[in-house]
Amino acid sequence: MNLSESKDFLVSSASLKEVRTFSRNVFEKIQLPQDQKDELVLAIAEAAQNIVKHGYKGVESTSDRMEIKISLKDGELEIGFYDKGKPVVPGNVQHRKLDDIKPGGLGTFFIKQIMDGAVFKKDQQGWVNHLVLTKKI
Amino acid sequence: MTYKVSEEGNVSTVFLNGEIDMDVTEKAKEVILPLVEAGKEVHLNLKDVSYMDSSGISVLIESHQKALEKNTKVIVKEVSKSVLKVIMMAKLEQILNLE
Repeated sequence: MNLSESKDFLVSSASLKEVRTFSRNVFEKIQLPQDQKDELVLAIAEAAQNIVKHGYKGVESTSDRMEIKISLKDGELEIGFYDKGKPVVPGNVQHRKLDDIKPGGLGTFFIKQIMDGAVFKKDQQGWVNHLVLTKKI
Repeated sequence: MTYKVSEEGNVSTVFLNGEIDMDVTEKAKEVILPLVEAGKEVHLNLKDVSYMDSSGISVLIESHQKALEKNTKVIVKEVSKSVLKVIMMAKLEQILNLE
């Protein structure tokens, strides 16, 4: 089965629930174990949260929007995130060490645990950042 | 997210309900941390929490660490399967007090 669906959201923590709802609705159309769907929704929500939290750090509110595109082709799931926040320096995107127990720094770790790949692409086309998460399913 | 708090002696039980993400973490902390600061033993009942992300996990860590500072404890109770999975992914099942 192949599919491709995208939706844009206001860059705000209040949009995260809407991001999860969109993701769940898309994954309803794909035959996957519920546990795996839940993990994928978590990875998408964490990536969207990173845009709100880090891409717009210090910005109290914005009318900017971010776009999420979920595509499935030949068993390869590709999830694209487009935003107009601060440019991401890929080398600076790191999670904290797990044995350094403190609040924060886990979102990127969850994404890396769940997905096979996470790459910032240079084909933004009017956006500032384009993150692509991939997973064979 | 909604919540309910019940008190019995020095134990405060916070029943959280719904999904815990970045949008509600401040609200969750405003409920939990003052109880810990007051030296209460806090039981966090998560049976009706259907989703928790890294922000929610941060609330659990912060509450746990604050409790250690205050010589009390936070016990996480009746964790739903989906939330337990996230706690385990963060390798916190041996760190947090889970019941």
